[in-house]
Amino acid sequence: MTAMLEMRNVSKSFAGVQALRDVNFSVRAGQIHALVGENGAGKSTLMKVLSGVYPHGSYEGTIVFEGEERRFRDINDSEALGIIIIHQELALIPLMSIAENIFLSHPPSKLGVIDRDEVYRRTRELLAQVGLKESPDTLITDLGVGKQQLVEIAKALSKRVRMLILDEPTASLNEADSAALLERLMAFREQGIGSILISHKLNEVARVADHITVLRDGRTVDSIDCHAEPIQEDRIIRSMVNRDMAHRFPERNVKIGEPVLDVENWSVYHPIHPERQVIKNVSFGVKRGEVVGIAGLMGAGRTEFAMSLFGRSWGTNISGIIRLEGREIALPTVAAAIDAGLAYVTEDRKQLGLILADDVRKNITLASLDQVAPGRVIDDIAELKVASDYRNRMRIRCSDVYQETGQLSGGNQQKVVLSKWLMTDPKVLILDEPTRGIDVGAKYEIYCIINELAEAGRGVVVISSEMPELLGICDRICVMNDGAFVGEFKGSEATQEKIMRAIMRNERSIGNAAPAAAEMGGSQP
Amino acid sequence: MTDKTVSLPEERQHGSFIKNNLRNYGMLMSLVAIMLFFQVVTGGTLLQPLNLTNLVLQNSYIVIMALGMLLIIVTGHIDLSVGSVAGFIGAVAALLMVTYKVDYTLAFVACLALGAAIGAAQGYWVAYFKIPSFIVTLAGMLVFKGLALAVLQGQSLGPFPATFQKLSSGFIPELLPEAGTLHPTSMLIGALLALGLVYASAKGRSREQSHGIEVEPYGFFLGKSIVLACAVLYFTYLIATYRGLPNVLVIMSALIALYGFVTRRTVIGRQIYAVGGNAKAASLSGIKTERLTFLTFVNMGALAALAGLVFAARLNTATPKAGLGFELDVIAACFIGGASAYGGVGRVGGAVVGAMIMGVMNNGMSILGIGIDYQQVIKGLVLLGAVCIDVYNQRR
Repeated sequence: MTAMLEMRNVSKSFAGVQALRDVNFSVRAGQIHALVGENGAGKSTLMKVLSGVYPHGSYEGTIVFEGEERRFRDINDSEALGIIIIHQELALIPLMSIAENIFLSHPPSKLGVIDRDEVYRRTRELLAQVGLKESPDTLITDLGVGKQQLVEIAKALSKRVRMLILDEPTASLNEADSAALLERLMAFREQGIGSILISHKLNEVARVADHITVLRDGRTVDSIDCHAEPIQEDRIIRSMVNRDMAHRFPERNVKIGEPVLDVENWSVYHPIHPERQVIKNVSFGVKRGEVVGIAGLMGAGRTEFAMSLFGRSWGTNISGIIRLEGREIALPTVAAAIDAGLAYVTEDRKQLGLILADDVRKNITLASLDQVAPGRVIDDIAELKVASDYRNRMRIRCSDVYQETGQLSGGNQQKVVLSKWLMTDPKVLILDEPTRGIDVGAKYEIYCIINELAEAGRGVVVISSEMPELLGICDRICVMNDGAFVGEFKGSEATQEKIMRAIMRNERSIGNAAPAAAEMGGSQP
Repeated sequence: MTDKTVSLPEERQHGSFIKNNLRNYGMLMSLVAIMLFFQVVTGGTLLQPLNLTNLVLQNSYIVIMALGMLLIIVTGHIDLSVGSVAGFIGAVAALLMVTYKVDYTLAFVACLALGAAIGAAQGYWVAYFKIPSFIVTLAGMLVFKGLALAVLQGQSLGPFPATFQKLSSGFIPELLPEAGTLHPTSMLIGALLALGLVYASAKGRSREQSHGIEVEPYGFFLGKSIVLACAVLYFTYLIATYRGLPNVLVIMSALIALYGFVTRRTVIGRQIYAVGGNAKAASLSGIKTERLTFLTFVNMGALAALAGLVFAARLNTATPKAGLGFELDVIAACFIGGASAYGGVGRVGGAVVGAMIMGVMNNGMSILGIGIDYQQVIKGLVLLGAVCIDVYNQRR
């Protein structure tokens, strides 16, 4: 059978960073092709190239679809040919009904008036096709995430669909919903629709995929025909993570002291869905001078855990014990957490970390204005001196401390955020994805700062999705999955395979819908 | 760590210095241009002592409310109810002083407290219930307009006690022997103010210099100081040749100075800007964003009450129509003065200049005999134009 889609030698780079290198990828009609890889391996970039989000000319290589070379200018071009992508974040309008959402862009109409009977008739057909038993009138907001996912698929089917791309479709689904979704996918295979499934859950991949492609650092590193050979979990994991240690990490004098932060039996519920327990009775600790990493996939609950500790800034119904230097304390507000000596550097520095319209100086002093404001009146000269001092110490590259932070590069913005938290003189710093979106040189500088912090006797917690980074800088790595710690390794003993295996083993035990699939041993339908 | 100094290459400093100042003084220069324009086309009527005094009296309540509105806009909110609240407070003041003969000091304080309470009531819904301020204050606008009507039973109520009228129509007492038409006390205050301003900026400059901080070039500083001092002296002279400094101008100036200081130099001022700039980042930096939002509304209520009192004292009667449409002038003043509708940006000086631009245009066009119809059209276009220029400057 010839390929329905063929992507040949696709390369794409962003401002000097090579996101894809000579990727070859093909899908046959009626095939489920799984695309796996770490966060940042290039899966999403590849799919954006395919769907026309990155238009022809912004990448190198060719796309051949149904026998012809295609040059998509935008997403409409690819949709017209029946290439439909369903994103992880659903693009449904919550306060509209299922029917209205499915026929949002091209409702069947007569003379510009929407033909409601036709809309309902076709919606019922589509819902039956995806196996969703809901009235077309039901509002999206009244559906669970799983059913919303099915509505998205129904919406895709309302168009002429030849190829369906699903980006982590089961990430937020429970077991039963995931199983139902995968069943649909297998039904589409019978109808000759090609599917691309992006997933972290290897058990699901093993259950439905006909072919697996592994991406790493923008390259195709492995390609497995599931019908020709048995699927080996180890092989996939090794392909996903095994890489040369591209960046080096600064050396550090490790001197670990007394415990500084201890968390016991910590439990947090979702603020909007209070019945969902996001953090499940975990315990965690950091010592003076220690750098502890928290590894895990996106959505594992790492950020939620950190923010719930930091003055309960995330979640509801939080319970558990926090001890700081052995003393049990309550941290009901962010201000209390800062006063107690906790600092949290957010994952999203633009949305949550900085005031982009304000200058470097104001951002640095924001969390500790009292230090430069005797009697609540700001001493502008003292403030300027403190800010300039941090600018020199952290080597923040800016024209002066009056420059707007919005104009700085990502690495320098991150140094401004770090300065802000250093100024509060914390005992424990939690750094959430401290090097995301930062170039290699600035990363090295951030690692040096982390080392200095630890050498100064502070406890440092680093949350990161980049495993080599955790392996390079941490004394201890805790692995979180689905709101619980599922593994812990000494820095010297940890490897990427071990961490990935801890995660996957846990994923499997959670998402263990069909026992046969759990064996990963090529249990093909 | 290297021991770098804070200073920068010379040219760069000057370039960015001039650019920054153009941005800061742009609106002020527009005001000067507008004043010169009307001074010429009205044949010198605009800056006649009588007219200038009237200009101050006519716009004082707009300026007072613009101070509070600026803080509201900086936090990213809006208050549509200020005109109605001002009218309602005027009505309550009349009820207390005229009908119930309550002592004017007591009534004054009670009215300010009532205004703050109204602000608190609205701020509560905005800050803690997260109801959009547009809706809460739209409701407030209707409620207090209605309550003003109810309190006055559709009638005008007056006159106020003579002492209370002095709040708006009074002038500072003359302590020195008069010299012709000139009021020497007012002139003296003006001279002291000019001296004080120059002294303060000179002291600030030398303090910065002594800490090795790069300051504005000496020539620029000298020129700025001379222009500032001359402007203050000239305006005081004009006003002093009529009846001296109006009481309300003194109150207004004190408030402008206070709010300028609070926004620029205090912790609470800095935090208000942070809330407007990025509420999530501010709250993750330990700032109590809800409480600050609440307080800006309380403050707005109190200032709206003060404006209502000033307005009532000026008319010497409380009418059901008092305060009608004030909110629009006040909001326009803030935006003309460079406040951002997205929050986090805006200066007290800008809002005051914005209010004066609106005031001078009202006054100048009235002298020219332009009808109220086209006055509105022109004011609307100026508002749009000013904000367009500002947005354009930000993008550059």
